[in-house]
Amino acid sequence: MPTVMELYQLLPKTNCKKCGESTCMAFSVALLSRKKKVSECTPILEESFKKQKEKLESLLLPTAGAEETGMIVHPELCTGCGNCVVACPVDVANDPHGAGTGCAPTNDKVIFKVMDGKVVAFNIKECRRFGKNRVLCYACIDPCPTGAIEFV
Amino acid sequence: MVTCTGCALLCEDIEVVLENGGIKESRNACRRGAARFRGCKNRLAPSVDKKQTDIDTAIKKAAEILKNAKSLMLFGWSNSTCEAQAKGIQLAKKLNAAIDDTSSFCQGLLIERVLQKKFRTCSLEDVRNRADVLVYWGSDAQDSQPRHLSRFSVFPRGESRQRGYEEDRLAIAIDVRESNTAKICKGHFYRIPLKGDREFILALMEALVGKVPKYDAKRMLELAGIMKKAEFGVIFAGIGLTYSIKDDIDILVSLADMLPNFHVMPMVGHYNMRGFNEALFKETGFVNRVKFGVKPVHDNKYAVVEALKSKSIDALLITGSDPLSSLPRSILSHLASIPVICIDPCVTLTSKIAAVTIPAAASGLECGGSAVRMDGKVIEISKVVENSYLTDAQILTRLMEGL
Repeated sequence: MPTVMELYQLLPKTNCKKCGESTCMAFSVALLSRKKKVSECTPILEESFKKQKEKLESLLLPTAGAEETGMIVHPELCTGCGNCVVACPVDVANDPHGAGTGCAPTNDKVIFKVMDGKVVAFNIKECRRFGKNRVLCYACIDPCPTGAIEFV
Repeated sequence: MVTCTGCALLCEDIEVVLENGGIKESRNACRRGAARFRGCKNRLAPSVDKKQTDIDTAIKKAAEILKNAKSLMLFGWSNSTCEAQAKGIQLAKKLNAAIDDTSSFCQGLLIERVLQKKFRTCSLEDVRNRADVLVYWGSDAQDSQPRHLSRFSVFPRGESRQRGYEEDRLAIAIDVRESNTAKICKGHFYRIPLKGDREFILALMEALVGKVPKYDAKRMLELAGIMKKAEFGVIFAGIGLTYSIKDDIDILVSLADMLPNFHVMPMVGHYNMRGFNEALFKETGFVNRVKFGVKPVHDNKYAVVEALKSKSIDALLITGSDPLSSLPRSILSHLASIPVICIDPCVTLTSKIAAVTIPAAASGLECGGSAVRMDGKVIEISKVVENSYLTDAQILTRLMEGL
């Protein structure tokens, strides 16, 4: 996953404000959180920035499949162990006797389910990282030793 | 709900979606279990001397080999149901053959002591409901039994452990490398050198009696403190620990005796290895490496590796195992020179050199039965898809009739 600084280094760094953001640094933050697109930066569309634009787009490629909350599940890294299913506080609250006790989820209110050996995210709006009262929750990332879940 | 036979956890909460008589998708199973439900890519065909034939001819030829063998060994069993294992022991008795299973080079030593009641042990439900200190010793459960941590040990909320891993449980890893399990244990990972388990146990024993250990004193005292305070501790003894202290396994018994609140659980890989060990223990008092005769004899020379190395057997019946791809190279020459009968659902390296191959139904998928989980609980296995393959037990019955 790219960092804000990596994206910033590839921008024109002129703080021209044409994109609507006050600085290029603010634009790179917006890029990473998918609020802005690369094409909204007019100077980078010029021929002299062609290489930088291509690199920027390739860096942002992994964030394309992110959910509304910014969650990305990498199926190639997931072992289907279900640690995230059981550790997620929303899953425990919505299904205390199923997912909360380590068994298979018993209803459809849970966020994570393991399908065909890989975890799939549902009900993403229930996630604690979503909505007005969002918090920076790490409950599904911490128990995953392979790094299959990421937030952008 | 069906039972997964991917590992010795025997998860009973798996859902499968069927389509056209086959499995389209499995739910709740880990990657290992999902692969098991997908079945094998290369189905084994009945053959005699590498020429394809029908199943009746293959069984007839196999019975002939069994009859003519002077020093026969039956091996495998860990991937068969309890019913097939019982038939296997019956067959070994009838033929006065040696019988061994994969626990011979796996967790046999520990399971034997558990069955002899030298260790306190507990069920996985007890772990979920009561355990507060979990020690993964020489075991990478996260990769070998992927749902162990989420279903029973670290993450679930249990009756006396309502706050789960966040406050109520502490996971410790002792290993030679930073495995995926060790990554979850984070601040409580103790890295030891190769074969350093014995020294670590001795240092821990010193720390437990209040002496200052010679080895990493600060961390050993910290670990001893955690273990002494535990209300319900479990040591998940992996194959790394068993291999490292196999010449002096009783040192672990001494350590367990010093920890009254601790239980020891051998981490079994194959789904029904413990089932075979229990069945043979009931019959003979030994868990593996047994030769039937006037009375059953237990000796290291009846271990599959030793027997093949010393060239003391002249025929081998393998049920649901692939020794050619998992055992040392030194056994190869003898394995290739004797008639091998291979009963397996899939084509394996061993089946390629076998004199007779007999295809069997994959247990947990194409046939049901019962199996013993790693903690000793008997779990029913369900049949998921319809098929015409013979089960291991049926093949062994027909072999016995053929004799």
